[in-house]
Amino acid sequence: MSTLDIKGLQVSVATENGFTEILRGVDLTIKSGETHAIMGPNGSGKSTLAYSIAGHPKYTITGGSVTLDGVDVLAMSVDERAKAGLFLAMQYPVEVPGVSVTNFLRTAATAIRGEAPKVRTWVGEVKEAMAALHMDTNFAERSVNEGFSGGEKKRHEILQLELLKPKFAILDETDSGLDVDALRIVSEGVNRVKANSDLGIMLITHYTRILRYIKPDFVHVFAAGKIVEEGGPELADKLEEKGYAEYTTA
Amino acid sequence: MSTLTSNYLAPTGREEAWRFTPLARVGGLLDASTDLASVNSIKLSKSYADVKLSHKSAADLPAISASDDLATIRAREFLKEVTHIEIAANSSISEPVVLERTNLTGAAQASRTLISCGVNSHSTIILQNTGDAILADEIEFDLAPGSNLTFISLQEWGAKAVHLGRQHAVISKDATFNSIVVTVGGSLVRLLPTVEYSGPGSSADLQGLYFATDGQHLEHRLHVDHNVPNAKSRVNYKGALAGDKAHTVWIGDVYIRANAEGTDTYELNRNLLLSDGARADSVPNLEIETGEIVGAGHASTTGRFDDEQLFYLSSRGIPAEVARRLVIRGFFAEIIGKIKSEDIENRLMERIDSELAKVGA
Repeated sequence: MSTLDIKGLQVSVATENGFTEILRGVDLTIKSGETHAIMGPNGSGKSTLAYSIAGHPKYTITGGSVTLDGVDVLAMSVDERAKAGLFLAMQYPVEVPGVSVTNFLRTAATAIRGEAPKVRTWVGEVKEAMAALHMDTNFAERSVNEGFSGGEKKRHEILQLELLKPKFAILDETDSGLDVDALRIVSEGVNRVKANSDLGIMLITHYTRILRYIKPDFVHVFAAGKIVEEGGPELADKLEEKGYAEYTTA
Repeated sequence: MSTLTSNYLAPTGREEAWRFTPLARVGGLLDASTDLASVNSIKLSKSYADVKLSHKSAADLPAISASDDLATIRAREFLKEVTHIEIAANSSISEPVVLERTNLTGAAQASRTLISCGVNSHSTIILQNTGDAILADEIEFDLAPGSNLTFISLQEWGAKAVHLGRQHAVISKDATFNSIVVTVGGSLVRLLPTVEYSGPGSSADLQGLYFATDGQHLEHRLHVDHNVPNAKSRVNYKGALAGDKAHTVWIGDVYIRANAEGTDTYELNRNLLLSDGARADSVPNLEIETGEIVGAGHASTTGRFDDEQLFYLSSRGIPAEVARRLVIRGFFAEIIGKIKSEDIENRLMERIDSELAKVGA
């Protein structure tokens, strides 16, 4: 049992006109096996929350804390956070020309596991995970995210989730740009990892559509840089019906 | 004192051919007041069946091609002897023929070599350039009909080396010239991998990679002269740069003459900037005098290893230095794999890794 604890998190980003505060004190605790949906309008700071936890250099932490089982995450470098058990599935995965998916996955797995996976079992492991996500085998020889369709990029993110087996996954708008079939396949992948590993999930989304496939235990409404309402799955139904208007017209 | 040097005008840096080159660093190779010492600078690493190396007087073995390159003209002017390497006709040499440099002193020297590939011969030659030479160097390749040569030129020079070189192939009917140029060492390297054809059905594949760090100037000026019908050429050069004042230059000139119907050519240059302060110049030129061709194209890209790539890889647990290495290895894999030698591949990548570590990139 692990706990990801976010307390009073304040984050700013540098702009031409100095620093702009985006997160204004976020409190959120996620335990292993729990799925928390973070829902909110565009520009509310949901992605900033995701990237700040992962350690993107663009964001400056101005207050609060993030701890994983009591250990200060904000003091860690980006790769150390991944090794500690955090995973960010990005909305816009980055192209890395010249680095094959195979080579990338193996290098990442080696870094996370602390030793190179044994070749024989590793090849099978990757093949199986790719098949489960309906990915063509020639995918492995392509450069990371280069020329991938939106759906391929998201499957590739979930493939990494399956292989790297983190304690906590932050899924940033994983549903964006997916058609119904791809959404189902990707969601099944997330559910499979959770079933096998007691993964804790922070599911960031604008729409309720993905929640039909990945059932949240908790729903948090995010607006203007903080959580403004919390509840169970029923809160998502309310958002589906009424939208975010009541949170943004304050 | 030669006739040339008495009328010789050293380049000023305003000439198109020299505008990128730091002329103050060429170590006297282009300086009218400096004589170049003639040297037989290439030897066989061991003896090979069907391969003969001999030294001949420069007068007895004149150049097989014209050149307007000043370094080449100066080298020819001062040369007394030429090294001649002959691959026997109809031979197929199973192992790569490894050539090493010898007799290099660190003073301004000139060297010329002719490599003659006999009719229907098949061979791979690897030239290993090491040490701290100051060398004007010409290597010509005379490919007889039906011959096939893969020439791998490894510039693994020491940090002080200055290398002004021309590697020119004359490719006759149905012959194939594959060149792989790898430049990782030297203070200043300016290489001219150039090709002309003397018969149809001939083909050239020019591949290269270069890696420049702090203060290194690595320049490759390719020229493919499609002067016969139905010949083919491919050019693919990839470069990476790291550290302050690392500078690379790639010029890709392809000339399709009016009589060169049926020409098929494509050239590509890609550069990867790993840190600020590095500069990659890339200039593809395609000049076409006939429309009756199979295809002609070129592309040039220069990109950065940017913070987003680093963040992406790091967010998967990969430490920054491993991430950079991964990207560079991936970038070069396409070219380096063609050398088909794990030893050389590892040696080159180790050198690149260690120089990356030195510049802290």
